[in-house]
Amino acid sequence: MAENVIYTPQDTDFVPAAKERKELTSSETVTGSKNDMRKRFFAQKSAVAGLVILALLTLLAVIGPYLSSHDYDDQQLDRTNLPPRVPWLASMGILDGSEKINKTSGAVTVNRYEELGITDEYYIFGTDNLGRDMFARAFMGLRVSLIIALAATVINLLIGMNYGIISGYFGGMTDIIMQRIIDIIGSIPTLVVVTLLMLVLQPGMGSIIIALMLSGWIEMSRISRAEVLKVKELEYVQAARTLGASHRHIIFREIMPNITGKLVTQIMLSIPSAVFLEAFLSFVGLGMPAGSCSLGTMLTDGFSNVLLHIYKLIPTATLMVLLMVGCHLVAKGLKKASE
Amino acid sequence: MGRYLRRRIIISISILFVILLILFLLMQFMPGSPFNDAKLSEEQVASLKESYGLDKPVIVQFFRYIGKMLKGDLGVSYSIAPNTPITSLLVNRFPVTLRIGFLSLIFGTLAGLTLGLIAAFFRSRIIKVIFNILTLLGIAVPSYMFAMFFSWTLGYKCNIFPMLYDFRSPMFSSAMPILALSLSVMAVIGQFTRSEAEDVIKSDYVLLAKTTGMKSSTIIIKYILRNSLIPVITVMASLLVSLLTGSLVIEKMFAVPGIGGLLTTAISSNDYSVVIALSFVYSALYIVVMLILDILYCVVDPRVRLGGKPS
Repeated sequence: MAENVIYTPQDTDFVPAAKERKELTSSETVTGSKNDMRKRFFAQKSAVAGLVILALLTLLAVIGPYLSSHDYDDQQLDRTNLPPRVPWLASMGILDGSEKINKTSGAVTVNRYEELGITDEYYIFGTDNLGRDMFARAFMGLRVSLIIALAATVINLLIGMNYGIISGYFGGMTDIIMQRIIDIIGSIPTLVVVTLLMLVLQPGMGSIIIALMLSGWIEMSRISRAEVLKVKELEYVQAARTLGASHRHIIFREIMPNITGKLVTQIMLSIPSAVFLEAFLSFVGLGMPAGSCSLGTMLTDGFSNVLLHIYKLIPTATLMVLLMVGCHLVAKGLKKASE
Repeated sequence: MGRYLRRRIIISISILFVILLILFLLMQFMPGSPFNDAKLSEEQVASLKESYGLDKPVIVQFFRYIGKMLKGDLGVSYSIAPNTPITSLLVNRFPVTLRIGFLSLIFGTLAGLTLGLIAAFFRSRIIKVIFNILTLLGIAVPSYMFAMFFSWTLGYKCNIFPMLYDFRSPMFSSAMPILALSLSVMAVIGQFTRSEAEDVIKSDYVLLAKTTGMKSSTIIIKYILRNSLIPVITVMASLLVSLLTGSLVIEKMFAVPGIGGLLTTAISSNDYSVVIALSFVYSALYIVVMLILDILYCVVDPRVRLGGKPS
């Protein structure tokens, strides 16, 4: 026969846990997705290399023109077409300002610096056909091209992102109409839009930016719409909606922070394409007006002299290639990091 | 498939109309007039305007313009070759541009497919690095930079290819323009092919095909190549745009007598009617090729035909 044991609670049954705080180990801490992304981005060597290239180029665009003792649009007609001469290397016989010139009687090596009696001045990249210092001009051109590209990209971002978010977020009829408009505008070749616009507007920095803006925002809006469509059905957005959050709150607080990764990648891709289009316009004869300088006008000038003075093309071409490669490396790194 | 095609064609035609409207409106806003000659008196300008129909109301002009454009009459040139129909200016130039464009597209695609497949199959470190550098340069560096580089090295220094287009040997002298244009095509297609082929190689159906003892050449052609081609067709559209833009500069650099060269001349000599007509030709070409690519896409990927959206 079993005895009925009546259980009486005792003080020792429930002992409060010791009041110690457990520190989370690094594997347990919850880091934000941004932090994660940064780590993954910097883990890629090529992406870091691209970032370094871009940083250097930006620095040179800011301070480059002042590094030279000559002004970028200072014409010295007695010192035209001087080949490059570099202070330290000249004594070693490389880049000492001598140039091989093909004449009907055969190739002759000439040193224009010695002929003109210039002893203490150095033109690191040489001078152009108006005697302007190419070193200052190259970096001034880089600065102008970067300003155009950045301005166009920022405007593209503002228009494209808003358009894409509205179209993707509200959906339905709004989306259909907005997408048909995009279909139509998007099927006119950029080349045609830009060319025609430059004919109507006065040549100059402002019109180039407008022309680039008209063609560039479409891609930005496509990407932000696609991202919004992906994000808006996720749990946290639905949770916010259930809690009665306003559209504004959902768009700016819940959706925006989560589509920035893709948008930044697109920004990195639209900078080189803006630089490309600017140079393209210069080639066609619709670029920056004569007298100003940008990478495009410098390249066009350089190419028209390519057979006589190859040194005029090399610095600008190198800057252009570095800028393009840097942007693409960073974009690739961002894309990989956000996946 | 029929319904899909019909919708697609209707969209294309409406886009073409919108483009015509935009071009016409732009023509109204163009600065200056084609009759910029200071020697012309007021009466002469008025009679010139009348003979070209420029004195009629804008709406009438617009409908006459559309009617003419659809009949294939692109108007007459004002200043490059006065009173010459633009169509006759195009007849000789169009084939040259088309030939260079298509040859660079085909050459670039073949080279890109080969490179992409090689990179997907042989995954050694050296091949990976070389492939990455090649594709990065091809994608990042614009075609006119390549053109400059080739024209100085291959053309001037090594003297292998002629630096300018030559009527007597059109194929040989367009080698450098084609090379410069095809590098970006090669890079983009190569990258897409590699990433697609890598996915396909890992997929279950290729594994199954391998276990059934199928010949590896059959697997590559029937399974890997065909399935890798689907995304390649989608990038073709954006490649075509960059080819169009690139060809404009490259035709100028190598003095190729194509429509790109004509457009640059027309721009610099303010011949708006030619610029507008060429813009229409470029847009129409672009829309037609997009339509063809969409149909191709339909053929390669059955999911599109069934109305579902391709992922």
